[in-house]
Amino acid sequence: MSGVLREGPELEAQGLDWLDDVGPEHEIVVSTRVRLARNIQGFSFASQATGEERETLFQKAREATQATEVLGDVDLWQMTELGSSERTLLLERHLVSRELITGPDGEAPRGSALALGNRKALGVMINEEDHLRLQTLRGGFQLVEAWRDVDQLDEELGGRLPFAFHHEFGFLTSCPTNVGTGLRASVLIHLPGLVLTKQIHKVLEGMGQFGVTYRGLYGEGSKIVGNFFQVSNQTTLGRTEEDLIDSLKTLVSRVIGYERKARSHLLREAPNVLEDKVWRAYGILGHARSLPFEEMMNLLSAIRLGVSLKLLKTPSVEMISRVMIHAQTAHLERAARRRLDETDADVFRAQYVREALAADSASEDEDTGEGWDRHSGDAT
Amino acid sequence: MDCENCGERDAEITLTEIENNEMRTVHLCSTCAALKGVSVEGSGAPPIADLLAHLGGSGGEQVFAADAEACDYCGTEAREFRKTGRLGCPQCYAQFADQLRALLGRVHNASQHIGKVYVSSAVDADDSQARLSTLKRRLDRAVEIEDFESAADLRDQIHILTEVV
Repeated sequence: MSGVLREGPELEAQGLDWLDDVGPEHEIVVSTRVRLARNIQGFSFASQATGEERETLFQKAREATQATEVLGDVDLWQMTELGSSERTLLLERHLVSRELITGPDGEAPRGSALALGNRKALGVMINEEDHLRLQTLRGGFQLVEAWRDVDQLDEELGGRLPFAFHHEFGFLTSCPTNVGTGLRASVLIHLPGLVLTKQIHKVLEGMGQFGVTYRGLYGEGSKIVGNFFQVSNQTTLGRTEEDLIDSLKTLVSRVIGYERKARSHLLREAPNVLEDKVWRAYGILGHARSLPFEEMMNLLSAIRLGVSLKLLKTPSVEMISRVMIHAQTAHLERAARRRLDETDADVFRAQYVREALAADSASEDEDTGEGWDRHSGDAT
Repeated sequence: MDCENCGERDAEITLTEIENNEMRTVHLCSTCAALKGVSVEGSGAPPIADLLAHLGGSGGEQVFAADAEACDYCGTEAREFRKTGRLGCPQCYAQFADQLRALLGRVHNASQHIGKVYVSSAVDADDSQARLSTLKRRLDRAVEIEDFESAADLRDQIHILTEVV
C-alpha cells in the first residue's frame, strides 16, 4: 500500500535518520550514499526542457513517487516554493544538489522538486540534470544495503514511468559520464591518519587505477575540508551494478585498513603530539566565541580522530556527525529564525558547538559518574 | 596570510603533518598544496566538454565532429554538446550513436551496457529474454559476493519470468 503524500511540509528533521545509526566502520566512514540517474522517454532532458515540460514531468514524477511502496509516506517540496535558506538547508543535508536548487538565472528552477520517503533518506530529486535522481543515505559503510534500497525504488518507479533505455547504452542520461547503469555510489570517509602520516597522496593516486575518484564534502567541484573525502565510482558503463558496488566496497575496505594502520602508527610513534592536537581541538571547540565553518571542520576532524583512538571519551562519533550537519549556516539560520551574515553565523556556530559538546559530556558524566577530565592515562 | 612555500599567493590550506613525534603546520596556497600532493578540489573525472576539446584539438580523429547532423527530435547540435557536455534528449543517443561509441570508450573504457535491463510494462518476449539473461548474470554475481538476500530475490524474479516466457 502506498503512503501519505505531504506537500511542502515544514522542514524538521527529515532526511536525518541516518544520524541515529552511525553504522559499520563508523570510526572511519561517516556515511554511504547511492544514486541512480533516470530519464523519462519522450521528454527532453531537464536542462533543455521548457518550463512547461518540466512542470508536466514533475506532475508525473509526483504521482509515481506517491504510489511507491518502498518510500512509505512521502514529503514533497517544490524548489520554487521554498526560500533560499530552506533550499540551502536541504543541500546541507546532502538531500539535493546545487543544480536542483539553483538554476542558471540564480533562481529556484521551475518543476524542480525533492520527494523524500520516511526512512534512510530514500528519495527522488525531480528535474535535476536528469529527470530523476533516485538516492539514499546511510550512516557508516553500507554500500550493499544502500544499493538494495535504491534498486527497489528503481524497480517500482520503472514500472510506473517509461524510463529512457537503450539496448546498447543502457539507461540514458543527460551527460554521457553517467550513462549505462546511471549509478554513482559514494562513501564519505575520514582519513586524518593518512593525511598526518603523509601517505594520502599515494592512496588517492592509487584509487584512480581502480576506476575510483574522490571529491570534497558536497560532491563535484567542492572543497576537501577536515580530512573528509567522498570516494566514488568513476565509470558507470560496461559493468554491472553489483560489480561497481563490489569493487568500490573492496577498495574502500582497503583504504580503511590503511587508515587504521596509519592511526596506530601515530599512536605508537607520536602519542604526545597526537594527544596534544586532539585536546587542543577539544579546548578550542569547547570555548571559542566565533568559529568559521572550515576551522570547525578541521577541529572536528581532530576530535573525531581522538574519540576513535579513545584519547577522548566524548563527544560520540554520532554527536560529531550531528554537529557537522547542524552547525552549517542554513541550519543555524533555522535555529536562530533569521538570516545570518558571515560574522553572525560564526558566533552562532561557536555557541552551538559549545552547547553540543557540553551536553554530550554531561550525559556521559551521568552514565559513568566520572568527572570531566577524561585523560586516557599516562602518555608514554 | 601568504603561502609559506611560494610567498606569492594567499594561503588557503592548513596542512598538518607529524614526523618524528613532532607536529608541523604549514599554510599553503592551493597550487603549492597540489604540488605536495594535497588537492582541495578532488580528482574528479575530466569534465566532458574539456575532454572533447582536448580530443578534437590534435587534428587526428575527431571524437565528436562539430559538423554532425543535429538531433531530429530536440535539435541539439554536436557543436552544442561539445560546448556543454550535455545531450538534449534520449533520442540524441541514437542520433549520435557512432560518435558516442568513441567518446564512451574514452570515458568508461566500454560502450556496451551490461547492467540492469529495463523492461517497460509492455513486456514482449525479446525483452523478457534479455531481462532473464541479465537477472541470471546478476544472480551469479550476487552469489559470488555472498549477497544472499539479493540472490534469493533474483531467484524469485527469474522464477516468475520463466513462467511468463
